[in-house]
Amino acid sequence: MSNVTMTVNGKTVSGSVEGRTLLVEFIRNDLHLTGTHVGCDTSQCGACAIHVDGKLVKACTMFALEANGAEVSTIEGQANDDGSLNVIQQAFKDHHGLQCGFCTPGMVMAASALLKANPKPSELEIREHLEGNICRCTGYHNIVKAILAASGQDVSSIAAE
Amino acid sequence: MYNFEFKQPKTISDAVNALVSDEAQALGGGQTLIPTMKQRLANPSTLVSLTAISEMKGICKNDDGSISIGGGTTHADVASHSDTFFGLKTLAEKIGDAAVRNRGTIGGSLANNDPAACYPAAALSLGATIVTNSREISADVFFQGMFDTALEEGEIIVSVKFPVPSSSSYQKFVQPASRFAMVGVFLSNFGNETRVAVTGASEGGVFRWSEAEAALNKTFSDNSIKDLSIDHKDMIKDIHASKEYRAHLVKVMTKRAVVSAS
Repeated sequence: MSNVTMTVNGKTVSGSVEGRTLLVEFIRNDLHLTGTHVGCDTSQCGACAIHVDGKLVKACTMFALEANGAEVSTIEGQANDDGSLNVIQQAFKDHHGLQCGFCTPGMVMAASALLKANPKPSELEIREHLEGNICRCTGYHNIVKAILAASGQDVSSIAAE
Repeated sequence: MYNFEFKQPKTISDAVNALVSDEAQALGGGQTLIPTMKQRLANPSTLVSLTAISEMKGICKNDDGSISIGGGTTHADVASHSDTFFGLKTLAEKIGDAAVRNRGTIGGSLANNDPAACYPAAALSLGATIVTNSREISADVFFQGMFDTALEEGEIIVSVKFPVPSSSSYQKFVQPASRFAMVGVFLSNFGNETRVAVTGASEGGVFRWSEAEAALNKTFSDNSIKDLSIDHKDMIKDIHASKEYRAHLVKVMTKRAVVSAS
């Protein structure tokens, strides 16, 4: 077992992990932050997407020890300081960007990474950015709408397909 | 996955020393190796992460006009860097998905030499030089078949040196589930020489399509290859595409690459 220390949602945390402990296992099982989901555990679905040092990564395809000293953000750190939903989360709610909600933490983290790099993405750019996030309920349409709305853009031009 | 001892050296020499033991393996971005270990298809006793070695990251222009990319540079960094050129940039920005591109590295991709990976096509087409901790290897001899390279045990790709062509294009027919190349063609036009490398298609891994190169060296036009065909005998066959279909795609993607690089 090795010691690992990182900052998660602004708080310094540490623990003792095996070499093989995945970052998502450390976050869920040791830190009890279960908002980061494990959908496929094979790097396909993106339900475990988080930010490490500001970059979108799949927490099931990274070892906890690789995040030693890193700044980690998960879905639990996304709400506004007063506990209200942030602009992306609110847009998902307003535009019905989720049904069962299982993929939603990863979708919100992916959307937030996109909007930081590209504050006014086109519909195509949003769809391309979400290639690594799978949703089995919505057909993606309302997720794309929500992200467009969160970026302050008009969503009326997006016709249902 | 089986457990292992995790090491994260800060320098290339420390990494080389850590890789001396028999069962040690280097870990790049882990986007292939970690899923492989989960399936217990790889079982290293020591995993030597290369991600903390700052001298292996970044992109720079060399005095001779070529560019060098550190082996630990991620696909996202290659895609967004101003010193990369069209073919290489478009290749890097289409690998996997956004999250994979933030972890996966060029050194990891080349060392693994997956028959459907994108980077081997760029390295072979551009005539890159693979710089390791101990020597420089020409791309023409680096790729030795599916998942096989000229790398010795414990040898690390420190950087990759790419000559800059006058024009280049990477055309990838995406396997939609995995986003690997069903067939990918990287074309490099150096003015006096055109090189065409194909990934995703052959049982032997990445290869150069010499007939297309010869035709394009005479006249650089998609018309030059319209009467060519490529033998499907050694092509990959799987549930996604037959040998014949892959051979057909090689020609289609090559034509698109010529048009795009014209």
